[in-house]
Order: sequence, then structure tokens, then C-alpha cells
Amino acid sequence: MGDEVKLYGVDGSPFVCRVKIALNLKQVKYDFYVEDLSNKSADLLKYNPAHKKIPVLVHNENPISESLVIVEYIDEAWKGVPILPHDAYEKAQVRFWAKFNEDKCIPALFKAIGSHGSEEAVAEAHEQLQFLENELNVKGGKFFGGDNVNLVDISASFIAFWLGAAEEALGIKVLAKDKFPKLTEWCGNYINCQPVKESLPAREILVAFFKKRFGGN
Amino acid sequence: MDVILLDFWISVFGVRVRIALAEKGVEYEYREEDLQNKSPLLLEMNPVNKKIPVLIHKGKPVCESNIIVQYIDETWHDKSPSLLPSDPYLRAQARFWADFVDKKIYESAKKIWTAKGEDLEAAKKEYMDLLKVLEGQLGEKPYLVGESFGFADIAMIPFSSWFYALNQIGNMKIEEECPKLAAWVERCMKRESVSKTLPDPHKFHELLMMRLNK
Repeated sequence: MGDEVKLYGVDGSPFVCRVKIALNLKQVKYDFYVEDLSNKSADLLKYNPAHKKIPVLVHNENPISESLVIVEYIDEAWKGVPILPHDAYEKAQVRFWAKFNEDKCIPALFKAIGSHGSEEAVAEAHEQLQFLENELNVKGGKFFGGDNVNLVDISASFIAFWLGAAEEALGIKVLAKDKFPKLTEWCGNYINCQPVKESLPAREILVAFFKKRFGGN
Repeated sequence: MDVILLDFWISVFGVRVRIALAEKGVEYEYREEDLQNKSPLLLEMNPVNKKIPVLIHKGKPVCESNIIVQYIDETWHDKSPSLLPSDPYLRAQARFWADFVDKKIYESAKKIWTAKGEDLEAAKKEYMDLLKVLEGQLGEKPYLVGESFGFADIAMIPFSSWFYALNQIGNMKIEEECPKLAAWVERCMKRESVSKTLPDPHKFHELLMMRLNK
């Protein structure tokens, strides 16, 4: 068959991690090309001229960009564990929550982190996190996908791992256990599941990154 | 009625859904929302974002226009045309370009309404550069992804109803600078689903001027 799979990215990126998790779930072998974002490779610019961003997946010389688009592609191109449900309505719900994480929740968390945990920014982040807490309460499973990880879980990788590193680096608390017990439990379930564990960068690297990027007080 | 659409007449996002429903020949009840006074039904069906469009199918809501269009394609898969290609790589391309319209085109166009002076020039350049990217994607193809009208075209075509207003307000010549895109607009307008659904560009300009001057 000779499938050639290349992934362009950087180790610390939560968006790149989404793709690694999806590839690991499907047990797809790939070559990882580390990009220097201050000096992007000719390949990256060739494969993603519209955005010039990572991650980019190149499958048999066919490039795909935008992490959630890539994850859906991986689900359709390779058999194995499904990442999206088969039913059209269930699929629409999963896509909705993935987009919610992308457009609303994670940006609110960035703001909370960037502002060093300002009251206003944390309150806004809590509003978004509450929607996810409610979803888990209603669904009642280990993951947003129930017994198995799905696109919603993957889209929320930042919340499961990056957020905690940022909180430690800056001495702030956004995802409080008493306020968000289900979400806190989900974080533990998610980062300990094998395909996810294999894909995560070392926590110390992220803590160091957040310290450097946002500085201490 | 099995299918209800909560919408606002001039919303580009609502138009996407109306085009998809028309393409598939799906009968539905259209309900106009007063966005200053949202209905209890809208707030119940879209509690997270409280926005239109919302498609309610057999009592269950689907939100976010690009997600609704895919839902329509998958649910009425036995009705032609298919709105997404069958090949996974082309499907990814279609999704990428629909996402590009949301992330880039929409945000960039809005800046032109409100920017002034240097900021306006920068906003215009950014917008035209983005349209040129779409020109590049079209190339010699009749539609954005492949040979048939589909998901990516549906995502973008409603925004062509903004071109007249953008040309007026921004002092631009979009159709002249992007002839392939202009030809693509004309081609899409030949489809009844598009021509009967797209808001009148002059009406949009009128409404926008009223809003900006208030």
C-alpha cells in the first residue's frame, strides 16, 4: 500500500497534539517534522499557503490543514476506532461542541491565562467551562464520547493538559475542582488514556513555556 | 412540520442553510427571529450561543450554519445533489475552505464597515488579499472544490451579497480585481437555490448604512 504520512508541527502545540492523538487512535505511523515557527520551512509554506500555520498533515503528498479538519479527515481515511459517531444528529452535536471549544472556551481560557487570572477573565472562562461541565453531567461517561474518546475530547486537549501547566506556571486557578468536579475527573481520565498519553509533551516544558511567555509577577 | 428553521432574513449564515435546504428540495417552516427580542424557542434550542440559524428537525436542534449544512447533506443523503464530495481528501478540502470563510473572510469584511483612515486601507488590503486566495483556489475550476457546486461554495456565496456595499463604502472594485471570483458568483447565481435566496445587495447596503449611521 505504501501510505506516506507526514505531520508538520511543534511539540508544545495543543493543536498539533490533537492530530497526534487522532493518528495514535487509528494506529497510523507517521513522520514528524519539527518546524521553527520563526523561520518556517519551504515545505510548510508550500503545503499551507493560505494560513502558513501548523499543524499540516500530508498524506501521500496531499496536504490538509486546520487541526479539526485534519482530525475528521483521519477518521474518514483510516478504519479502526471511530472518532466521530455515525448518526448524522450525533455527529452534528459532536461538531458543535468541538467548535465551541475552538471558538469560545479555549479563547476564554487564553484570556484568563494572559491576564494572569483577572477576575473578569476568569469569570468569563468559568461561564464557558460550565457548559462543558453540564455536558459531562448529562452524558455521564468517562469521556465526552462516553466510553471512548471522540472529537470533542480531542478538541479539548488544551483544557486537559495545557491549562494545568499554565495554572502552575502563573500561580492561578481557573479549573477549580469544587466548581468543576466532572471536568476535573475528565482531565484525569483523558490524559491517562494511552493514545493521548503518548502524544502529550512533557509537562515541565509547558510550565517553562508559560512562565517565559507570560512571566511571573 | 418536520423541519423548522429559526433565522434572520439577511443573515449570511442563515442563507447558507436556506441554500442547502433548497438544493435538497426539503420542505420546511421558516420562522423569522427578532434579534432584539429573541424567542423562547430560540433560547431553548440554542442556549449556548443564542444565535440563528437553528435547524429544528423532528424537535431536535442543530446549530452553527456549516454544521447544519453538513447535517442536511448527511440526513437527506438519498436526495441529489451531494453537497460534499465522496472522497475523504476532497471532503477535507471542502471543510477547510468553509472554515477559511468563517475564520478569515467574515472577520475581515466586518473591519471595512468600521475602520477609518489608515486602518481602512489596511482592512481593504487584507480583505482583497483573502479574495485573491479564493481566486487562486478557483483557478480554472468552475467551483471552489472540484467540478460541482457544494459545501465550500455554499459557505462563501452568501458573502457575495456584501460586495456591492464593500465596493461603495471601501471604494473598491472587487469584481474587476477578482474576475474569476466574479465569474464564480455569476455561475452560482444561475442556481435557483442561490438566486432565490441571496439577499439583494442594494438592500443590504441600505440596511448597513442605516446601522452604521445610527
